[in-house]
Amino acid sequence: MKKTIANVLFLILFVILVIGILQMPTTASTNAPAYNDIVYHYINNGATDTNAVNLIAAILADYRAFDTLGETIVLFTSVVAVGSVLRSTKYDKEAKENE
Amino acid sequence: MVILNIVIIIFLITCALAIGKIKDLIGAVILFSAYSLVMSILWLILNTPDVAITEAAIGAGVTSILFFAVISKTKRYEK
Amino acid sequence: MNDIIIKNITRIVIPFAQAYGIFIILNGHISPGGGFAGGAIIGTSLILYTLVFGREKGKKKFSHKMSEIAESGGIMIFVLIGVIGIIMAGSFLANQSAGFPQGELGNILSGGFIPILMIAIGIKVASTMISLFNILIDEEKV
Repeated sequence: MKKTIANVLFLILFVILVIGILQMPTTASTNAPAYNDIVYHYINNGATDTNAVNLIAAILADYRAFDTLGETIVLFTSVVAVGSVLRSTKYDKEAKENE
Repeated sequence: MVILNIVIIIFLITCALAIGKIKDLIGAVILFSAYSLVMSILWLILNTPDVAITEAAIGAGVTSILFFAVISKTKRYEK
Repeated sequence: MNDIIIKNITRIVIPFAQAYGIFIILNGHISPGGGFAGGAIIGTSLILYTLVFGREKGKKKFSHKMSEIAESGGIMIFVLIGVIGIIMAGSFLANQSAGFPQGELGNILSGGFIPILMIAIGIKVASTMISLFNILIDEEKV
């Protein structure tokens, strides 16, 4: 019983997602929401603003450099979290010896 | 080109379903690595070489090694 | 691992992989690629060294102390460049108005601070990959 309910819900979700995909704008369409004035600004002024040929690097490291700083801080936080849980320090050794 | 797209997307869907079903965790990681490689080819077809390089390096290389390191600490087979 | 074929092939492959990673980082602003992809390639080559030659030899090449320095050093370079922008032009991470040398369009020395940021991100990502692997593979807590 549980399994049939789950399968039916799964099928309904599948149909909804397929309908959603069919509504999406196709590749390089002018109806896409991301196709607005800022695209023209980047394409026309990107090379003179930043002096970098690769437009993606210009956006990542100049126009949106603050976002990239956030990404690197996320990486730093992940290493600090894993290290604080798994790495053994000298305090762990002292606690082991005192037991 | 349309046929290549269809073949790639069917491969991706099959890989994703198999990752959920398989009981051997190392097999799941290898399937995930194959998924990432084919996904990077799909990015290349969509004219985004930056994302393709990053996907091939991080998705297929580093992620699977980190998963292997975690599996070596726990059990290989799912119950 | 004590296989002579794997050891010899690893010795040959690692310099090429690292040179390719450095190429991708340094050419980040004139061709596809950038800090994230190049850093991941360099980190993977160091992980390969640790896997083949063992943890002890890997520790000599990239110790915990060095990874701590590289972790915080990458972010420090990034923030320092942003602060230079504040001092020179009044806004965080200002490029052209802060007077960074611009160079000629299309050369490897162009784009103001973009190559420096790419190198900082590359160091950060490479040391993140190798230190995550080392922490996970080390012996459990004493």
